[in-house]
Amino acid sequence: MLEINCPWCGPRPEAEFRCGGEIPIIRPTPDCTDREWAAYLHERTNPKGMHRERWLHVLGCGMWIAAIRSTINHHITRTGPLAAPHDEASS
Amino acid sequence: MFGMNRSRSKPARYGLLSLLRGGFNGQRHWTPILNEPETPDRHYDVVIIGGGGHGLATAHYLAANHGITRVCVIERGWIGGGNTGRNTTVIRSNYFFPESAALYDLSLRLYEGLSRALEYNIMFSQRGMWMLAHDRHGMEMLHRSASAMLLNGVDAELHDGAGVRGRIPGLNPAPRFPIVGGLLQPRGGTARHDAVAWAYARAASRAGVHVLQNTEVTGLAQAGGRVVGVKTSRGDLSCDRVVAAVAGHSSVLANMAGLRLPIQSFALQAFVSEPVKPCLDTVLLSPATGIYLSQSDKGEIVLGAGLDLFISYAQRGSLPMMEQAAAGAIELFPQFSRLRFLRQWAGICDVVHDSSPILDESELAGLHFNCGWGTGGFKAIPAGGWLTAHHVATGEAHAIARPFGFSRFPTGAMIDEAAASGIAH
Ligand SMILES: Cc1cc2nc3c(=O)[nH]c(=O)nc-3n(C[C@H](O)[C@H](O)[C@H](O)COP(=O)(O)OP(=O)(O)OC[C@H]3O[C@@H](n4cnc5c(N)ncnc54)[C@H](O)[C@@H]3O)c2cc1C
Ligand SMILES: [Zn+2]
Repeated sequence: MLEINCPWCGPRPEAEFRCGGEIPIIRPTPDCTDREWAAYLHERTNPKGMHRERWLHVLGCGMWIAAIRSTINHHITRTGPLAAPHDEASS
Repeated sequence: MFGMNRSRSKPARYGLLSLLRGGFNGQRHWTPILNEPETPDRHYDVVIIGGGGHGLATAHYLAANHGITRVCVIERGWIGGGNTGRNTTVIRSNYFFPESAALYDLSLRLYEGLSRALEYNIMFSQRGMWMLAHDRHGMEMLHRSASAMLLNGVDAELHDGAGVRGRIPGLNPAPRFPIVGGLLQPRGGTARHDAVAWAYARAASRAGVHVLQNTEVTGLAQAGGRVVGVKTSRGDLSCDRVVAAVAGHSSVLANMAGLRLPIQSFALQAFVSEPVKPCLDTVLLSPATGIYLSQSDKGEIVLGAGLDLFISYAQRGSLPMMEQAAAGAIELFPQFSRLRFLRQWAGICDVVHDSSPILDESELAGLHFNCGWGTGGFKAIPAGGWLTAHHVATGEAHAIARPFGFSRFPTGAMIDEAAASGIAH
């Protein structure tokens, strides 16, 4: 079982959270091509290694948080408040 | 004649006669069945990455249907050691959309003849497959599924609660989630997963296909906008076409070509109990309690859980899902509460948003993908191999495979089985 360190509630069990997937995912502008829109909707990095992702502390404080987690051994190296996608992309 | 062969001229290699004959020399006449060369050829027409069911079936049908035998299957571990050897072996074609019904029913029909066609007993047992409804809305969904199946030409029987109990003895008489009804696909069932991989591997080997185990593909060679070879842990090979059939590792493979796929890799886990006397002679899926189960020929109760919904390549399942599956099993069969789990394991599933596979040539010419089967591609192994071989050999997607191409993402023509049939497996 994962133990996820919520920046607001402290370390809590995985069962209290729901994973929201990769960050950042940036919505393209409305004049983008169908190909770009499809990539935004469906394509993911899905790496075998370190993954930046967001989690919702659904049975806790209800906040979205950011985490860096290894998809190989599930080890979470860092959690923190979720930044806006554009800040997340430049950080 | 003895054995399973159809031709009269050739005695069955694995028939009673060869067993009797072998008895005179201590059964020393058996030869290795895999065609595993010490050193691979420098060039192949087709390299298939991934020695799971889909890769091996593709190799077999390239040889059997199209006469293409300069083929090499490259497997990182051992054949069938991925999801093919880790799944709960449910075979069915009770899908909602006509495109899916055509695909999965082709597969079911091929499975029906597979033991004979490959002269290998894959132990396909059409013991029927039930979907249970636990409330009025669940029942309405089953009505809808049954109608869709019948329109698609797939066998389906709808039963009320009493009908379900009449057919499945031992169900909880007073469950918390009442059993209102069930949808039965009589032709559904289970097969021996390892046997499917081995049967295709043997058939392909006999046709001259090479199978390299313990060999990892680490990169792709490109020239002139095409894939022209693969780099492996045992050296480089050149080839005309590459098929990636690597399930949960599809994104990793695509990354070698600089591509991103509409796929996420999630762990799915399953368990078996200690073996007990026969007590469950069908396959049961109860979406509401999050469980599906059957009994193996050895007597173990086989339970499948839900996906861990975070990206993982770790091949291990989480405890909350394990607990949920156990709770669901006991809800349906309280008498199973005394059973002990014997083994638990997980496989990494390649999940697409619409829960439908991807069978297509990619943007890198010559690189084909057979992936996206997610939690339900064991049942599709014969069709996946058949259709991928067709595309590779003819350069054109087979009519049944066409809706499952990459183009459905930008056009939006999704085949959303996740939403339509509401089942993951
Ligand atoms: C617990 C569980 C239960 C399931 N239950 C069912 C079920 O009841 N019914 C059903 O229809 N489906 C089920 N599935 C899904 C089914 O198992 C898969 O969809 C199917 O087996 C996929 O077959 P495959 O050949 O594509 O992949 P795999 O069998 O996973 O084969 C892919 C192979 O590629 C190899 N590979 C990966 N990367 C490389 C590389 N770089 N170089 C060389 N080789 C590589 C891997 O080692 C692996 O052996 C289940 C899956 C799981 C995990
Ligand atoms: Zn919190």
